Amino acid sequence: MRPAAEAQAQGRTLPRSRNIYLVPYLLWMVLFVFAPILLIVYDSLFDVEGAFTFANYAHFFTPVYMKMTFSSFWYAFLITAFSLLVGYPAAYLLTKTKHKQLWLLLLILPSWINLLLKTYAFIGLFGTYGAANAILETIGIGRRQILFTDFSFVFVSVYIFIPFMILPVFNALEELNPSLIDASRDLGASPWTTFRRVIFPLTLNGVKSGCQAVFIPALSLFMITRLIAGSRIITLGTAIEQHFLVTQDWGMGATIAVFLIIAMAIIMVLTGTRSRLRR
Amino acid sequence: MNQLIRMLLLVLVLGFALMYGASALNSSEGYSGDSTLTIYNWGDYIDPDLVSEFEKESGIKVIYQTFDSNEAMMTKIEQGGTTFDISVPSEYAISKMKEENLLLPIDHSKLPNLKYVNPRFMDLSFDPDNRYSIPYFWGTVGIIYNSDMLGGRTFKSWNDLWDPSLRNQILLVDGAREVIGFGLNSLHYSLNDTNEAHLQEAKAKLNRLTPNVKAIVGDEIKMLLANEEAAVGVVWSGDASEIMDANDKLDYVVPEEGSNLWFDNMVIPKTARNIEGAHKFINFMLDPKHAAQNAEYVGYSTPNEKAMDYLPEDISGDTRFYPDPELTSKLEVYKNLGKKMLSHYNELFLEFKMHRK
Repeated sequence: MRPAAEAQAQGRTLPRSRNIYLVPYLLWMVLFVFAPILLIVYDSLFDVEGAFTFANYAHFFTPVYMKMTFSSFWYAFLITAFSLLVGYPAAYLLTKTKHKQLWLLLLILPSWINLLLKTYAFIGLFGTYGAANAILETIGIGRRQILFTDFSFVFVSVYIFIPFMILPVFNALEELNPSLIDASRDLGASPWTTFRRVIFPLTLNGVKSGCQAVFIPALSLFMITRLIAGSRIITLGTAIEQHFLVTQDWGMGATIAVFLIIAMAIIMVLTGTRSRLRR
Repeated sequence: MNQLIRMLLLVLVLGFALMYGASALNSSEGYSGDSTLTIYNWGDYIDPDLVSEFEKESGIKVIYQTFDSNEAMMTKIEQGGTTFDISVPSEYAISKMKEENLLLPIDHSKLPNLKYVNPRFMDLSFDPDNRYSIPYFWGTVGIIYNSDMLGGRTFKSWNDLWDPSLRNQILLVDGAREVIGFGLNSLHYSLNDTNEAHLQEAKAKLNRLTPNVKAIVGDEIKMLLANEEAAVGVVWSGDASEIMDANDKLDYVVPEEGSNLWFDNMVIPKTARNIEGAHKFINFMLDPKHAAQNAEYVGYSTPNEKAMDYLPEDISGDTRFYPDPELTSKLEVYKNLGKKMLSHYNELFLEFKMHRK
């Protein structure tokens, strides 16, 4: 019996009273998932003065917000691409090491430190008189501006998000049956072909969930844009923060949030369900 | 089961005993009813000696709490959990709190020391007739610069910022009103201008400033300037005096075209219980000697005219923080432009931020 059908059959035989255990989950879903989304949609239908309007949606399609959306997606893409580029080999090497769990712990350890603290540390490291520039100077390259550049923004974001890429990829690699790799080698495939035709396709689900875990939060980054990029990079997250805290234009802020939710839903659909359908 | 009930009872009895004990202690210390005053102020924004002096003089116990942003303060007062008797919001927050009925009117007849306040700082657009607020400190927005890093150069005008030699040397404070404001000022327009053509002109001019702008940051600007990460900054005078304390190579100037004049005023929030005591405290702080002592400690500019006599010459004569009348006449207070205009200002600011070098 397939797992899904099995669960269904069990569900039918469960006594009614067991349903009571579902209440906390349902309540949680309604209160903290559905209600907030509905509230955001509701808020997005009012202008600054509290009058009902669809103008916010029209406003979203003006050049300012289109440019912002484009740059959000572009930087989120860059962050995800670099995370994958660094994260996949790291996860692969991790599965080959002797003390896997220890190395994994060491990689995850920095994510226990508060995000703001880590970001502040980078201001010091990347500053004109910081450690990074001191190294550049001793090896003869000389001081350059690192802080408040695109490079520093992508670097710090990748640093912050990389555990979320490594973990799912690592799990997928761990689940991979080693005999498949042996078989591939026995049948004469080169290491590259083995990777391309066997390992990568079989860990694709891990890569997909890793990309989701990085791309989606990267879309709505806001604090790092100011601290590390010096507000020279504006993402949709920054705009939402501004509208809720500074201008008090909750309608516009909520409208951007609605578009972000839609974008994320699309990404989830594109990267998620297809594999389940195939099964 | 029996044991459980006994445990519960014990906890309840202990709880009540502690509650009684706390209230007995509070009343013996003077913390009860009319004899306490809860002050809600910015961090490090009062001379602690003045608080103890006020306690001694009036017999009122002061409970002192601090906040770090107008928004956080307003939210807490709106919730009404704590009975704050005095708070010190900035002018735009005052006009917002007024609109939302979060303030109680102030009885001027209970404030004999009000006459010492410079009339220049009274009856302003954010609170006509000072019905809800009394000036506490004031300041400006200006340019702070490090001459050492710029080969001895000094600043006089907003337009000096556009000098091509300052490439990548300027830090701006992350405030839409401040940045659009100095853009307007540099064109000799009012910083409360709502004329669309003027605003677009100011934005176009600010876009040309982009190559010189290294970053637009928040409170970190103090640390970055003190560490000489950049040579020039556009900051509030209060921040400037803090930065100059940390690094004495820096100097501050209010540009000649004019600038913003900001206020932090004392108000009585609607959560107040000890309204009588709140008036006593405001009057105490308006006393010229106390105002002078406070200004010396905090380092901001006092609105108290008489207090100037008690301040040392090097403070009261410092035209960077007490500009001469000619310049002062060019300073403008932010008018409440309404949410729609503020939203528009913010959008222009976002466009400026997105403008690439």
